[in-house]
Amino acid sequence: MAVIRDMMPAFELFQPESTEQALALLNRYDGEAWVFAGGLDSVDWFKDRAKRPRAVVDLGGIADLKGVRTSADGIDIGALTTLTEVVNHPEIAGKFNLLSEAARAVATPQIRNQATLGGNVSQDTRCAYYRGGWTCYRAGGNICYADTPTSINREHCIFGASRCVAVNPSDTAPALIALDARMVIRNRRGERVVAAEDFFIGPSLDITRMTVLRAGDILTAIRIPRDWAEARFYFEKVRDRQAWDFALVNVASAMKIRNGNIERVRLAVNGVAPYPVRLKKVEERLTGQRITEDSAAAAGEMAIESAKPLQHNGYKVPLLRNLVKRSIRGAEA
Amino acid sequence: MELLQWAQNPWDQEILVRISWDLFWAATAAGMVFVMGHLLFRRWSAKRKPAPAGNVSADLTRKIPERVVRHPLASRLFHWVMAASMFVLLFTGFLPVLGVKFSWLTIHWVAGLVLIGTIIFHIIHASFWLNLRDIWISRRDLSEWWLEVKQYLGRPGPPPPKPGKYPMENKFFHHLVLVATFAVICTGILMMVRIGTPIWTRNAYLFSESTWGWVYVLHGLSSVALVTMIIAHIYFAILPEKRWLTISMIAGWITRQDYIENHDPERWEIPEEAPAAAQQAQQPARLKQEST
Repeated sequence: MAVIRDMMPAFELFQPESTEQALALLNRYDGEAWVFAGGLDSVDWFKDRAKRPRAVVDLGGIADLKGVRTSADGIDIGALTTLTEVVNHPEIAGKFNLLSEAARAVATPQIRNQATLGGNVSQDTRCAYYRGGWTCYRAGGNICYADTPTSINREHCIFGASRCVAVNPSDTAPALIALDARMVIRNRRGERVVAAEDFFIGPSLDITRMTVLRAGDILTAIRIPRDWAEARFYFEKVRDRQAWDFALVNVASAMKIRNGNIERVRLAVNGVAPYPVRLKKVEERLTGQRITEDSAAAAGEMAIESAKPLQHNGYKVPLLRNLVKRSIRGAEA
Repeated sequence: MELLQWAQNPWDQEILVRISWDLFWAATAAGMVFVMGHLLFRRWSAKRKPAPAGNVSADLTRKIPERVVRHPLASRLFHWVMAASMFVLLFTGFLPVLGVKFSWLTIHWVAGLVLIGTIIFHIIHASFWLNLRDIWISRRDLSEWWLEVKQYLGRPGPPPPKPGKYPMENKFFHHLVLVATFAVICTGILMMVRIGTPIWTRNAYLFSESTWGWVYVLHGLSSVALVTMIIAHIYFAILPEKRWLTISMIAGWITRQDYIENHDPERWEIPEEAPAAAQQAQQPARLKQEST
């Protein structure tokens, strides 16, 4: 069992100045190197001695991975851009404020100054059993300590469990899915671009990873197309306290409205499954409908179909239903 | 190379988790070594192979149909459905370990249930419609096998007699597969209790962590043993001199020639109806002529 200690185990620290150098280092250490961005997830792991990489590759010195670049097609956000920069960027705040709202909901101002967008979407789950260093399924064992009659599992999933019941903790992930963002990934073989909804994976596919990122991969940028610029957005995060906490459930929606009808909609939630979930069936149901109390309520009911709560997280079912409902009709209505 | 994987539980105790995945490669290598070894043995023993004793009289030969039913349809269906489920189980079990990631768990346990269904079918079919003694190793089999070994070694002794329906090596393979499959099924059923399935409520605490570890180890050991056995089985299936047996698992029958050359009619008696039916199917024109 992990115990917080003063000293981290020793590792080789590398601070490359280019993505190529970073990729070469990851290749050299072949799975034994740790990609370090803002460090808010990483340092916990190191101090708990639950992760002991041989080498740490700090991407903080790579200028190409930082900043927001706008173009006619959309915006390109470097993976090392801090959440504060995302919150304050005028283009994002003006045209894609779903993302700035989601980034603003992360933790505290101090943490947002340090945390990066790439790190926020790539972070590991916060399951206390797993973070505690116990050898559960996700850590390579053959048991889930969170899914037992006596487990503390009020923060765990109500959908998508496959042995592991941990949830994805990211606030920006559902917003990026709603905005139809693309994740740009580089490795030694080249570059690939993955849709945000495909970037996150569940335990049925790989129980030891939260994303498609493999050893040797670096998430370099997040591209947001103009398609959803200035759409009607909604983001809401429910947590145990109003700051410095992870979401129990969050919801992000983007809607294009014409003549009072929903022309197009993208809706994603997080905190209810091991990966952020795009609610495609709900989107299909809503497309072409007027925004009414009834259509919003129906969307909420549809969202919770097939939910399977654990012993202590049954509250997530009505919470999800109401958040989806609010994301359609608005919180004020 | 490590044999077993250990981990630490919340109480700081070392617990057994599963076999080391290195054993998969060891089992694959063992299968390949067996194949290479047998190929060398086959070459070395080509001229030493003992001629089986016992000739079939001309009278008896005439009574043997041209096509002798070796595997009825039920047996063939069992074999191929079991083979398909076994391959699905091995692929879904080992490919994710080897880095090919896909949603494997549901496919794996459903294929496991198919395997269990085929085994139950086989036990019932073999118990009531086939002769169970055909496949079990007897003392006579062992003594005849020893005669064969002595022949290969060039030591004096009578030539081994022809076997009944199944030669000693078939019986031995069947026994090995039986043990490994029984182990993999029993442990697999227990492991299904630990994951969420519609069949029963998940219970990760049915056994102690240590016992669960051994369940996982036994499942892994029997699985990698099956990898070795399947490599050997496929190798024998494609050997030219064994091809008539492979074809019989598809067509269901062997030729009279193969029957006479490889089997003792007194130890593998052909049921009256089966050969007649096979012969009728093969030569309807001649029989029709005779009847008119």
